[in-house]
Amino acid sequence: MEILSLLGQGVLLSLQPLNLLLILIGVTLGLFIGAMPGLGSVNGVAILLPITFLVPPGSAIIFLAAIYYGAMYGGAISSITLGIPGASTAVATTFDGRPLALQGKASLALVTAALASFVGGTVANVLFTLFAPVLAAVALSFGPPEIFALMLLAFATFVGLGGDDIPKTILSICLGLVLGSVGFDQISGAPRLVLFDISGFLHGINFLVLAIGVYGIGEMLWTIEQTRGEVTTTTARISVRGMLSDTRESVKRGWKGTAIGSFLGFFVGVLPAAGATPGSLMSYGVAKMVARRPEEFGKGHPGGVAAPEAANNSASTGAMLPMLTLGIPGSPTTAILLGGMVIWGLVPGPRLFVDESEFVWGLIGSFYVSNVVAVAVNLAFIPLFIWMLRMPFTILAPMIFVLSIVGGYAATRDMHDMWLIVIFGFAAFFLRKFDYPLAPAVLAIVLGPIAEPTLRQSLLLSSGDPSIFFTRPIAGPITIAALVLIFLPAIKLLRRGRGKTMADEG
Amino acid sequence: MRTGEIVTAGVLALLSIYLMWKATELPVGYISREGPGGGAWPFWLSAIMLICCAMIGLNWWRGTSPPSRSEEPVLDSYGWRMLLFVGGAIIVFVGLVNVISMYGAVAVFLLYYTRFLGRHGWPLSLTLTIVTPIAFFFFFEGAMQITMPKGLPFTDPIFNVLYEIIY
Repeated sequence: MEILSLLGQGVLLSLQPLNLLLILIGVTLGLFIGAMPGLGSVNGVAILLPITFLVPPGSAIIFLAAIYYGAMYGGAISSITLGIPGASTAVATTFDGRPLALQGKASLALVTAALASFVGGTVANVLFTLFAPVLAAVALSFGPPEIFALMLLAFATFVGLGGDDIPKTILSICLGLVLGSVGFDQISGAPRLVLFDISGFLHGINFLVLAIGVYGIGEMLWTIEQTRGEVTTTTARISVRGMLSDTRESVKRGWKGTAIGSFLGFFVGVLPAAGATPGSLMSYGVAKMVARRPEEFGKGHPGGVAAPEAANNSASTGAMLPMLTLGIPGSPTTAILLGGMVIWGLVPGPRLFVDESEFVWGLIGSFYVSNVVAVAVNLAFIPLFIWMLRMPFTILAPMIFVLSIVGGYAATRDMHDMWLIVIFGFAAFFLRKFDYPLAPAVLAIVLGPIAEPTLRQSLLLSSGDPSIFFTRPIAGPITIAALVLIFLPAIKLLRRGRGKTMADEG
Repeated sequence: MRTGEIVTAGVLALLSIYLMWKATELPVGYISREGPGGGAWPFWLSAIMLICCAMIGLNWWRGTSPPSRSEEPVLDSYGWRMLLFVGGAIIVFVGLVNVISMYGAVAVFLLYYTRFLGRHGWPLSLTLTIVTPIAFFFFFEGAMQITMPKGLPFTDPIFNVLYEIIY
């Protein structure tokens, strides 16, 4: 009852005129910043942090959290309408969101993304309210072996994403991981894999460079070549009746993905250093695995949009938990929020809930209000996003190329990376011609920089004994589940091959 | 497609070998009390890539993958023309960024694509060519405070006018 009373006070605080106005502005700004390829919540929060000194700390954090919320909703928009994941958290949304848009069902994809995000955010808010201190303690028990086991589980779900050609899928994963290790060795600090001794590689390869190259340039070249320039995205229409029908279909076909994403996303988001990206990728993989027709994923299944979208919203709330209760940020955006709190004179940690009760509950209350405002603003802007798709393809295509290059530069500020985007784009075009799945490479470059240091730290802890991943109570079951998932497609393929041979002989 | 499949696998195998060689600049084995060397992660992953290339080659020889059974060309005449006119334009676009600025390159690319590839009328092509870079300028330089490349000094007078509007 005490929690409900505190939450009630927090919601009332966030409904005060100034706070409500800040939520509305923050969510709308976040939505558009998140929708821009190359920009994400981290840019919005970082740029607008100085503005927050004009208002009290309670209102300031509410404003920044609203931007964070809006950007999480917005990330899906460029993934669906343009086929370019605006941020790493929206990579998995592209897999089914873009095919739906190409089928003229962009409205269904956008409605599904909005509703799944809302449900994911709401589930996360409830879990956050009820279990914050308990979950913070669980998160602390995750050391390097547990985090690596979790990354292994994420990679295992990728194997299922790549289709039947397992060597090409594994090659794609390894290529992404190797590209993610270019730059500096994170532990010794020595330069590593500075390819062809070009100094531009010293700062590594940002995931966005590969993602924009693959999806912005490569995918567009492939689409133009395959469709002979006659792309059918112009059939997208929007009406109130259509949106209601989309809502029904998204609930019917996307509920399972939403449920998986909401819970899995939250728990992965809570873990320090994990954040929303692994949560959304794992949710997509799990939703595909448990689907009745997994072969429909990747071709335009609403469940493939719902799972990552529910997860990234849920995880973004989850990532706030270690920040508030332990002072450990779960993502780059929460790291900036943490910096803001310190500047405002607040000390994140277990005492924050006691010493600054009004601040904390005001923030938690604002999560609920921001979530409702975000879904309303997002649904209201869907006609605008659909209108973008009704442009002739000969206008949309150059705009996507331009956004890819400009957005890529905005993210990294380096001309070397612009050339890499072009090279990756051409390479992706040719690799796609030969059925190489490229999504696993993009996912691997995101998770590689988390996986490698945790693997090395774990082996250092165990003096090189890999059994550490099997003997620890949390890491053990996760590692075994990951290995089962990795070998499952191979066993299925072998059985199918044996069945075919027997049928041929019969 | 059949030749293309084995050539692609060969190129990827060469890339894997290069990455393995490059990774050996740092230790690739286990160092006592230090854990795996800095080159171990990329070295062993590149080794797995090389094994995968060998398996792709085996599948090509057995004809089990769809591209290894296809006799179609990798690209027909439309494909090559598309790659030349669209892909080539993207290369020129990026090449122009350091000469006529990011915004200038955007304008040239949009004019080329909408007017000459898309065959839209001059009014629409010119509107997009002028409005898009200006909108980008105010969004990135003004709102997001992200500075884009300005090209060679001859573009300065234009940017001075635009910066006076922002500041």
